[in-house]
Formats: sequence, structure tokens, C-alpha cells
Amino acid sequence: MVVEYRKDLFADERADDFDVVGKPILRQDILGHVTGRSPFYDDHLFDGLLHMRCVRSPHHHARIRSVDASGAERMAGVVKVLSARDVPVNVNTLLSLINFGRDDEPLLATDKVSYVGQPILAIVATSVRAAEAAVQAVRVDYEELPFVLDVEEALKPEAPVVNAEYPNNTFDYADTYDHQKLRFGDVDKGFAEADHIVEATYQMSPIEQAPIETCGAIAAPETNDRITVYTSTQGLFFSVGVTAKQLDLNSARLHFIGGTVGGGFGGKVDSHHEPLAALACLATGKPVKYMWDRAEEMQVGAPRGGERWKIKDGVARDGRILARMFTGFFDAGAFTRLSSYAVQKSTGHLPGPYSIPNVASNVYCVYTNRTPSTAMRGFGITACDFAIERHMDKVARAVGMDPIELRILNAYRDGDMKAHRRAAKNCALIESCQVVAQKTGWALSGEAMRASSKIGGGEGALGLIPETVIDEEGRIGERRRTGLGPEPDAGQGARRRLPQGHSAHNSSAFGNAPQREDMAAEQERSGFKAPMAPTAPAPKPAEPAPVAPPAAAAPVTGGPSLPSAYTARPAASLPTPPEPPRPAPTAAAPPPPPPQPEDPARPHFQRAVKRPGVSRFLSGTRRR
Amino acid sequence: MKTPITFTLNGEEAAVFVDPGGNLLDVLRRGCGDLSPKYGCGQGGCGACTVMIDGEAHIACLTLAETVAGRRVDTAGGLADGPDLHPLQIAFMEGFAAQCGYCTPGMLMAAKALLDRNPNPTRAEVDEAISGNLCRCTGYEPIIDAILEAAKHRGAA
Repeated sequence: MVVEYRKDLFADERADDFDVVGKPILRQDILGHVTGRSPFYDDHLFDGLLHMRCVRSPHHHARIRSVDASGAERMAGVVKVLSARDVPVNVNTLLSLINFGRDDEPLLATDKVSYVGQPILAIVATSVRAAEAAVQAVRVDYEELPFVLDVEEALKPEAPVVNAEYPNNTFDYADTYDHQKLRFGDVDKGFAEADHIVEATYQMSPIEQAPIETCGAIAAPETNDRITVYTSTQGLFFSVGVTAKQLDLNSARLHFIGGTVGGGFGGKVDSHHEPLAALACLATGKPVKYMWDRAEEMQVGAPRGGERWKIKDGVARDGRILARMFTGFFDAGAFTRLSSYAVQKSTGHLPGPYSIPNVASNVYCVYTNRTPSTAMRGFGITACDFAIERHMDKVARAVGMDPIELRILNAYRDGDMKAHRRAAKNCALIESCQVVAQKTGWALSGEAMRASSKIGGGEGALGLIPETVIDEEGRIGERRRTGLGPEPDAGQGARRRLPQGHSAHNSSAFGNAPQREDMAAEQERSGFKAPMAPTAPAPKPAEPAPVAPPAAAAPVTGGPSLPSAYTARPAASLPTPPEPPRPAPTAAAPPPPPPQPEDPARPHFQRAVKRPGVSRFLSGTRRR
Repeated sequence: MKTPITFTLNGEEAAVFVDPGGNLLDVLRRGCGDLSPKYGCGQGGCGACTVMIDGEAHIACLTLAETVAGRRVDTAGGLADGPDLHPLQIAFMEGFAAQCGYCTPGMLMAAKALLDRNPNPTRAEVDEAISGNLCRCTGYEPIIDAILEAAKHRGAA
């Protein structure tokens, strides 16, 4: 592979004493690899090594009525049968070590199983074959439960509760919010000003990391009352911490040896093997190996979570993106593991490397009866980037513009204000696009070739935090009427354009404050009152005359050359936000709609018992 | 009932007792202590346990241990001649043809079997020879380059 180091770009921003790129450097562990002597966890031999196999759920979702392991316990070679009762601290969540999220996942299932392959018993035997035979001899009586495998289905009120710790089927951020939210400017305004609305949904499937070395650990008793654990883990200190917690041991008694990982790609951070192997070691006094076979690796191993992204862009005729709205669903599977963090990552990544003056996003970490997902190479970013960049191409087609020029037009320049309220710096997307175009012989207009990440950044409104719509409580963003769940994809065709389509399903739009009775009651209860009762009804935004349908507009506008708005920085020509465009938001908020009688067309809120909201602010009544 | 077998492992005589139905991978790793062949799938799908039996590449996890009695088995653990590395090993090191290293011993044996019978393979022949060996890190190109590089070296030597 030819690596080219472009020293001409950003020469003044960089120390220029790098002397590694472009030179062959031997890996420090390569000699062990080519001689077959690198010590992977399974390369430690022990006399009397015991082997572990788990009894696993064959169902997506089922209550466990009874477990009968008596047959297995009597079988030749079986040394120990471990159940949840043997685990001192059975329920854990990986990020509890940094106080993020509630313990939600049992090491061994007790009363119910929530995904296919969830372990119920761990059987320790003198050989793999004996352990496998014993697994077959265990009788588990299941009562199958309804299950849900789709993120949006999981958010419907009638969906089964996947994870009892999170009865809304969403992770609770700060125990309060059912999603991660980003608001910057006013997307409704942006959509209203746009010439084209480009909407699409993108789905990325779960992906198994499939390391060639399957996950596992060997725990062996030491002579000094410690346990040595040889493990394939990618997160050695996660594994030590989790093992100490779940076995209720002082971590000084645990000696972990890892670091030689036979391929991980994120799938070896979950720390489930080490506690079980160490527990079995304590229970038997013998070295115990818990190693997944290939089938377990593929079925039970936590994959990259599936993600669904809905993106809606408001685009000016010249290609400037005026508003971008995201709704994201991250499929955590049955338990949290690292998915809560993935959603934060993806939210931090929006709206992509583009200066967009109005951005809104709601991203949900959703529980389904799929295999719990975990880390994999850029999880939380990869799918979201896939969606964003596919969408950029779609936008380019809608406005009839070269896709690379569209990116150059909208790319961050140094000094632009990002949606996260930090100024962009060290931007290089424009230069990267230019080099790619050069290398591939892709013709760009002269203007696009002259553009630079250093020119025009932060000009005018682009360097400022725009007036951002907030609700009457002074919070960022809308009060969601539906609380949970996406806006249904009802309106097709013309109805999909803002504000009709938007407000039809999420009446709050932005800045509105539609109140539900249950939410108002909750306010009463919690003692929170808006500082000022909203009085003056703000004029309801007139239904904007539908702009030219994108399909018709697309081929007409724009040739390959950039519009003249180009050199004058994409959004420099954007209207600066009117100074105080509206009175204080609390006063501006339109009054809550008159109390509505229970509307049977809105089942979301009549099922508070079934799916009570968690968030005081977002989702209606509280859980307990 | 265990069966005693003897065979030649990397040029030296090995004698082990094997379980009925026991596979060569277990016997090499636990019986002989040669840890260079790796378990990746146990079903012949990944090639991490590839060894040479009488000069031909074989999947150790699918080979009945008893069938190697009296034969010659070579593994990556015996590829180097004392401190002197085999040209394939050097080419893999210098060509960055290993990252995690788990598939490497099997890759090396598949490659050695190829070069032993075909000292100047084409790229397509190298592709074919390692088509039973999975690697999740490298994307294969550096491995193929390294094997071709080693072939060049061996030709020159």
C-alpha cells in the first residue's frame, strides 16, 4: 500500500519532525507471531484443566419456570454445575465501573431469558465433551413470552418489556432522559426556508466481529491464594473490575494476564468469561477454561449494534444545507453493555463535518430481544457516517450538484461554530475532497478547487451560536408529545414536508409547548412551574406553500459548476438570526392546547401503566 | 481406550496416547505441547490449525490423530532452523503480514506447502493456496505480497 504524506497541506500548523510515516517498522510482537510462540490465553497448559459449557436459552424471550440439572450433575466427568445462586453479585452492567447506567444484566439468568443464547447454567466438567453432554441433559421449562426484534417496534406501547431495569425499552440517560438530544438553531425555520426537503431512512445491520481466536479465559488457582486469569479480553481493567465486583473479591486476589489478543475488533470487552471462569476456579479449586466455540462466538458473541437513522434535510437551491434533523435508533439488544455510550458518541458526531445552521437530533438507545451488542470498530460512528454520507449524495442529486462539490460547499471551515457549540478547528475535509478528486481524475470547478478550510470560516452567523429554540421551561428542544417513539412515518408525498408532516406527528414542532395532562400533573406533583404562564398565542406558523417538489426541481437546477454563493462561504449568505427573533421563549411559547379529552387515536399516553414514562420532562408519568 | 502412536513432529520423534476420535490439534497442543497451531473454529473453516502432514497442508482439527501414526508432521513452531528464520517468516515480519498473529501459524504452513511444491507461484496460485485460511486483520493483501516476496527470495537463494 502506498502511503502518501501530503506535507504541502497545513505545513504551518504542524511540527514537521515526523519520521515514522512511510518507513517500515517491525511490530514489537511480530517475532512471536511468525514463530507461533505468542502467548494467547489458550496457550497456557494446566494439568487437570476443567472445561466449562453453558446451558443457553433457545428462545428470544421466555420466563424460566424451572431448571432441572439433577441429571447433568450425576453424569460422568461433571464436576460442578453453577447457577445464578452461586454468583455473589449476579447482576452487573459493564459501565457501572464508571457509574454510567444501572446494573441490568445477570451473569447467569434467573427468572427469564431475553435473547437466544443467554446463559442460564454453567457446567464444569473434565472435558469439553463431558460438559457438552451435561448441557444436553439439563431440563429447562420455559414459558415463551412475546418478543420484539425491531427498534421502532420496541418503542411502541404494546411492545414487551425486554429489560426489566429499563421498562421503556430505552436507556435512561442520567436516569431521566429517554434519548440523547442535540439542538442548534431552529430546524423548522430552516425547513421553511429550504427549496428542497430530502428525507431518507438508513439501516445498518448488526455485524459480528468474528475474531479468529474465540473469546475465553482460563482461571487457575495460585499458591498464594490468588487466582490467575489468562484472558482474551481487550479491556483488562474492565475484566478485573467486573470480576472483583461480581465475585465480591478484593481485586488484590486477582492476577490478570492478557494483552495478547487473537483479534478483538471490540468484541472482547464484555468481561463475561473471566468472572465465570474465576467463579468456577473458586468453586472447584482447579484451573478452569471457559472458551467459546465458533458457534457461540457467532451466536452469543455481542455484535456491533444495528442502527437506524432517519435524516431530513432542508436544502437551498444552491446546495447549502439549511437544516438537518436526525432521529436515530441504536439497537442495544437485550442489555446495555456499551450501547448507551455508542449513542452518546453518535450524537457527538452529528451532523457530520458540515456547517449546518439548524440541527436537531433525538437518538434512542433501544432494547430488543436481540443478542446484546457491544463495541466494534467505531460503533456509534460508522453507521451514522454511512447514513450522513449516503444522504449527502441524495441531497446532491436533489439539487443537481456534483456530490464532492456539495461536500466542499458545506464542509466545516476553521472557525465555524459546530452544533455542539465548539468552534471547528484543524478542518481538512475540503483539502481531502480536492486530493481525492485530483487522484481519481474527478473534475471539480475552479471555485471548488480554490476553496480552503482556512477561508471564510466563522464568517457572520457561521461563527456564532444561533438562537436555539427552547421550551417554556427554558430547556433545549421541544416537549415531545409522544414521549417515546419516533414520529410515525405516516405522511407520504407532500405531507412529508414541514411543517405539516412534522407537526402532524410531533405537534410540539420546536418552540411549541404542547402539554399533556399527565405531564402537567407531573409538573404539579414535582412542584415545577413554568416561570410565567404563557399567554400570548404565537401565531401558528402558516402552512408554508409547498416548495417545488424535489423530484421536479432536481434535474432543473445547477450544472456541475458551483453556484456563485460558493466563494461567499456557504452559509455566509445565510440570514443572520434576527437579533432577538422572538421574545423570551417562556413568553413566546404558545399556550398549551386546551385540555383535550382522552384521544383514542393517541394510544401512547393511555398506556402509562404499561409503558410509563421515565422522564419527568419528556415522557410523561414517572416510572415508580 | 487410549491408543499409543508415534510420529515425527518437526523432525523429532513424538510419542503420545490419543483418545479414540481425538483430533490432531488437541494432540499437538496438549499432548506434545506444540502450541503453534491454533483453535479457531474446530470445524475446518478457518485454517488457523493448518499443519503439514508428509509435506501437504492439512487442517489439524479435522484430522484424526491416529491417522498420523508413522508420518511426518510439521508445524509453524518448527519452521525456523534454530535462530535462523525461514524466508516466509522474514517476509511476513517485514511485510506487515500479521497483526494479531492468531492466523499466522496456519497461514505460514499453507504458504510453505505451496512453495515446497511450487517455488514460483503466481498471485492466483497464492490466493488459491491460502483460500482456506481466514484472517480478520490484514485484508490478505500483505500476506499474499509476503508469500510472493518469500518465493522470490527462495528462488534467489
